[in-house]
Amino acid sequence: MKKVLGIFAFLCLLYLLILIATDPEAWGSNNFNLSKRIGVYGISCLGVGLLIVTGGVDLSIGSVICFCAATFCWLVLDCKLPIPLAIFAILLLGAGIGALNGVLVTYVGLQAFVVTLCGLFAYRGAARWMTNDDIPRIAPAVASWSAFCNDSFLGVSVFAWMLLGFFAMATVFLHFTIHGRYFFAIGNNERAAHYSGINVNFYKILAYVLCSLFAAIGALMEVFWISSVQASSTGNFMELYAIAGAVLGGCSLRGGDGTTTGMIIGTAILCLLRNLIQMAEIKDYLEPVVIGGALLLCAILDEMLRRGISWSDISLFLRQLFRKQTP
Amino acid sequence: MASLLRAVNISKAFPGVQALADVNLHVERGEVVAVVGENGAGKSTLMKILAGVTTADSGMLEVDGRPVALRSVTEAEHLGIVLIHQELNLAGNLDIAGNIFLGREPTWGGVLGLIDHSRMHDDAAHITGRLGLLASPYAVVDTLSIGQQQLVEIARALSLQSRLLILDEPTSSLTESETALLFRVLSELTEQGISILYISHRLKEVEIIADRVVVLRDGKNAGDLVGDEIMHHAIVQRMVGRELKQFFQRHRPEAIAGVHPVVSVRGVRWAEQQKGIDFTIAPGEIVGMAGLMGSGRTELAETLFGVRRMVSGAVAIDGVTIPIRTPADAINAGIFLIPEDRRVQGLILVDTVKDNISLTQLSSLSRFGIVQGSQEDELAQAMCQQFNVRTPSTSQTVANLSGGNQQKVVLAKWLSRTPRLLIMDEPTRGIDVGAKSEIYALMDDLAEKGAAILMISSDLEEILGMSDRVLVMHDGDLAGQLRRNELSEQVIMHLATGGAAKT
Repeated sequence: MKKVLGIFAFLCLLYLLILIATDPEAWGSNNFNLSKRIGVYGISCLGVGLLIVTGGVDLSIGSVICFCAATFCWLVLDCKLPIPLAIFAILLLGAGIGALNGVLVTYVGLQAFVVTLCGLFAYRGAARWMTNDDIPRIAPAVASWSAFCNDSFLGVSVFAWMLLGFFAMATVFLHFTIHGRYFFAIGNNERAAHYSGINVNFYKILAYVLCSLFAAIGALMEVFWISSVQASSTGNFMELYAIAGAVLGGCSLRGGDGTTTGMIIGTAILCLLRNLIQMAEIKDYLEPVVIGGALLLCAILDEMLRRGISWSDISLFLRQLFRKQTP
Repeated sequence: MASLLRAVNISKAFPGVQALADVNLHVERGEVVAVVGENGAGKSTLMKILAGVTTADSGMLEVDGRPVALRSVTEAEHLGIVLIHQELNLAGNLDIAGNIFLGREPTWGGVLGLIDHSRMHDDAAHITGRLGLLASPYAVVDTLSIGQQQLVEIARALSLQSRLLILDEPTSSLTESETALLFRVLSELTEQGISILYISHRLKEVEIIADRVVVLRDGKNAGDLVGDEIMHHAIVQRMVGRELKQFFQRHRPEAIAGVHPVVSVRGVRWAEQQKGIDFTIAPGEIVGMAGLMGSGRTELAETLFGVRRMVSGAVAIDGVTIPIRTPADAINAGIFLIPEDRRVQGLILVDTVKDNISLTQLSSLSRFGIVQGSQEDELAQAMCQQFNVRTPSTSQTVANLSGGNQQKVVLAKWLSRTPRLLIMDEPTRGIDVGAKSEIYALMDDLAEKGAAILMISSDLEEILGMSDRVLVMHDGDLAGQLRRNELSEQVIMHLATGGAAKT
């Protein structure tokens, strides 16, 4: 709780900076753009966050997003599938990919890192093959859907409202149902969970399914948002943004710790940081440096909180360091 | 000439336990001294003190008649005392020579510290030759058998110019032929003047190899045996033989013969080489299961609970055979397990008392999958009260409770429902006397309600005090079954150490 409040304060500070930096007349459009980005990024962050709580990890999210987007274009353009049916097929595809990851991790006994690293390579390659490295002309086919998704309600993007819906569902699932309890139990002590009669393999597979399913939803948002898919760039680094958002939001990669609220706040911080960097006219390629730095700082602060290190400890440490250098 | 090693009045206490009290031990040159005792008698602590792993609270150590202080393993090794642990400490990815000289590799090139491979492997070949280890010094240790790995450890000790080898359960994972080879090597070493301290539960081996046997009981010397005196029953007699204290609360039922058993286990095996385990437990009966560590007691519990795969066999509850593939199957049939290590298998330490207690019955505490917080609180409160868990509140983190209270949380986690079969693996290990007594009362109470209890324990006092009947395990099989009137510590130890059952 303390953690969530801390990062929420940081988020408010960032937002204040953005308001100061922008012309008040542009506040509205900036809010809209921000909320759209948070909506898209937040979905995959929720997915991977749920997985991280069980002690798993998924590095293939970006590639899965790309693969799902490419498959969607293929279904709509080449197979002439009606869009609702294509959406349904993509959701099934996402769930299937997650189930495969889950089975490989549980029953085959591979490491999550390895399994999803393979996915990171394979799904992007598959997407490039499907699209022939071309940009499919999806825009006319999804025009009405795009128009809806690029709409706003109360000044906030439809995507953000959708995220709110998914956030509500994920919150109930993780923090109020027995299934969420089992997620935490498995993340904290898989053996004790097993000895308590919990079907550990089932819940771990479920976590992978949810993660990839949310990535597939993210892929659909991406398609409707940009109205184009480029296999070499769509979804690039999304897995890293998603994991970073979850970690910023207080998920421990050791498993067993995290809140859905934290995940959303973490995502929002990442998006706001990006926004600030663009405004400050810092070179585009420095953005990862800032995000990496912010993440590291958060990790250090978190570790200090956990160990109960106070500022006086730090000053003592610095003084000792200083003394050594001046004999 | 002075003894190689003399330990005088060694004492050592751990929080809550006096592990050693005024223990004396001496070892002469070229002598094999076996140290025996029950689990917890203080053997390991004594050996650790002699090898510099820990230090004694009081007492004196002499090497070659001169008093010494062994503050570290390096100091002990310097004096020629090397301990070889039961769990071998080898770097499996390195070759034999690399392991023998790990940390002391011959080098050249000054500060560069390049390893002199040819010298290292030549030296290694010399030592392994002395031990009759046929493998090349370039062989990677992981590819060797356990017996060969054991010899690599001994080779490492010899390369340290060791004069006293301490072997802790060296044969626990060796085959018979490997054991024979080890014994041949050991007797050759003693002819070269090297002394051996040999710790083992296997009294038959002790009979073969030991020149002298030192028996420990409850952290004290319980007598030495020399030469012809070294016999199975004589050792056992000194290992046990205490009076039972009166804190076991067992109200034994009248006759339970003729009643249909709650549980019947037929031909259960979890490994191919076993003969298969058969037993039954009647309602209200507490069956103790004795045996040494590694005799298969925990494996049996895990198999009956569905954690470990059953190779063959059948388990019936109230006459109905139930397939047990997962813990959920076992739980549905009313089989609950209080696991051996509460911190690893029993509890989620970072979670609260409440979360741990409710974990096994969340589905009955929830409506449409949503956990009902108030019901959960009520259950946790009620269970904490019933089991007398001393905690400031049910939202306390379990890790902050004492061992006894943690164990009561494990019991509370299961026992809001009455089990048909309750398996308890070391139910009172490492907990205080008060909590022990409470747990015994609870077991008696459960038995009275008609549950069957299988109590696995290394504590013979507990086995004798609580059991209506005792099963003894040895090397993965049942070595014997003892009725109440046949029970004695001697008979149990006799069976557990591989002695033949009297018929």
